Amino acid sequence: MTSSAMPPVSPVPEPQAAVDAAPGTGPVGTLLTERPPVPATTGPMIAIDGVSKWYGDFQVLTNCTTSVTKGEVVVVCGPSGSGKSTLIKCVNALEPFQKGQITVDGTKIADKKTNLPKLRSRVGMVFQHFELFPHLSITDNLSLAQRKVLGRSRDEAEAKGLALLERVGLKAHAHKFPGQLSGGQQQRVAIARALAMNPIVMLFDEPTSALDPEMVGEVLDVMVELAREGMTMMVVTHELGFAREVADTVVYMDQGGIVEAGTPAEVLGGPREARTRSFLSAVIG
Amino acid sequence: MFSNFDFGVILNSWRYLFLDGMTFTLTLTALAAVGGVILGTLIAMMRLSGLPVLPQIAKVYVNFMRSLPLVLVIFWFYFLVPYIGQWIIGAERPIQVGAFSSSLITFTLFEAAYFSEIMRAGIQSIPKGQGAAASALGLTYWQSMGSVILPQAFRNMLPVLLTQTIVLFQDTSLVYVLSITDFLGAASKIAQRDGRLVEMYLFAAVVYFTVCFIASLLVRRLQRRVAIIR
Ligand SMILES: Nc1ncnc2c1ncn2[C@@H]1O[C@H](COP(=O)(O)OP(=O)(O)OP(=O)(O)O)[C@@H](O)[C@H]1O
Ligand SMILES: [Mg+2]
Repeated sequence: MTSSAMPPVSPVPEPQAAVDAAPGTGPVGTLLTERPPVPATTGPMIAIDGVSKWYGDFQVLTNCTTSVTKGEVVVVCGPSGSGKSTLIKCVNALEPFQKGQITVDGTKIADKKTNLPKLRSRVGMVFQHFELFPHLSITDNLSLAQRKVLGRSRDEAEAKGLALLERVGLKAHAHKFPGQLSGGQQQRVAIARALAMNPIVMLFDEPTSALDPEMVGEVLDVMVELAREGMTMMVVTHELGFAREVADTVVYMDQGGIVEAGTPAEVLGGPREARTRSFLSAVIG
Repeated sequence: MFSNFDFGVILNSWRYLFLDGMTFTLTLTALAAVGGVILGTLIAMMRLSGLPVLPQIAKVYVNFMRSLPLVLVIFWFYFLVPYIGQWIIGAERPIQVGAFSSSLITFTLFEAAYFSEIMRAGIQSIPKGQGAAASALGLTYWQSMGSVILPQAFRNMLPVLLTQTIVLFQDTSLVYVLSITDFLGAASKIAQRDGRLVEMYLFAAVVYFTVCFIASLLVRRLQRRVAIIR
């Protein structure tokens, strides 16, 4: 990465690079604890610092800088093709980027030494199209990664999965297969599957936009509850009601760049930028 | 017109035909199918890996195998494997490889080329999001392949894999060029010995047809059972 050339743009103080300072005692070591202790450092949970990304000649992301602090809910919105999905996928390294730096809980994700599977296991992700594993029962969907990645026993993983299913109101469906559930139910299972890994942060990429309108509410309810419990969340969504209700920060993106960021009242109430205004009037109708 | 025919020859030789011949044929088919699917899957993974060099190697292998007649490969390996073995272990003389081992190696390597194309299509049929979801949960490449991608690819492709196995079952009859007693080889030997060529080859055709017909019926039933609920 060419990140060393980038000026520190983050408004919050730079986190102590715990991982680099003492290998083996960094945040990754807390992986198996039920509740990760509050890190000694007070840096942001996610720091996105001057990130640019190209697909060939086409620049998808242009110098994006933003951060998500612990317990914060950040909503990312913007028109189709503005790079929201790309940005959120960069956060858990599902997509590589060519310039800038992203740290998650103090770990630089583009660092070659970073164990990406381990890092990703602590970052929950919910996709637009659910991406439950259709050949596995709901129970197995919930326990697969717990067993393979966290090394939990089958009993332990299934108990944890069942508890989370109950939390999203789907305990009775444990034995079914994803194809037998409605879209809203599948998305709630997907959220439960991510939570089963005890994530330190949750990423959502348009979790409700593939749903029939009558199912949007049940998924948003789960997300609102999660936010109220203090989960750190980065949410790409066009659900501005959700943004107003639970977001601490709204980030508006256009053409691969972050145009403005602020409280929901600032960005949704009286946006400074003309582009934000025209987008909002289009979404609200 | 069948008045001169003596189908008693079948009754007299059925133990040889089935216990020796058919057992060999089915064993070879089953082992080569399993070996071919495993090797073919690895080749497909190489081809889709996106790593340097590996995809090219896989592609050359597949195209090479698919452009050779099977009989040629059978001969080739029968005469070559002893020397390759000698070269590998650095022995004094060509190592002895039985006809069965030789044909098993041949069929596994040959069928792997075809199975790899089937598995490649199967892997590509799985939406990209499945791999992304597996990665996002912290699964490694091999865990994601083993628990998420390949089980789905395999299930989607099972009918095609089994159809290819039925072709393999028929193709194993080519080992008769090595004078191996597979089912056709056994039938052929009896036919020559007793001078009952027509009866024997007619019977062999009926047996091959029956086995393949029943197998394809089973494939269709299995297809319904393993289909992923969507
Ligand atoms: N693999 C790819 N190769 C080339 N271009 C891509 C690729 N993936 C995305 N893009 C382009 O990058 C841009 C940003 O895509 P992205 O999916 O991040 O947008 P988005 O803001 O999530 O849009 P939407 O609201 O439609 O989901 C788009 O113009 C898209 O066409
Ligand atoms: Mg998107």
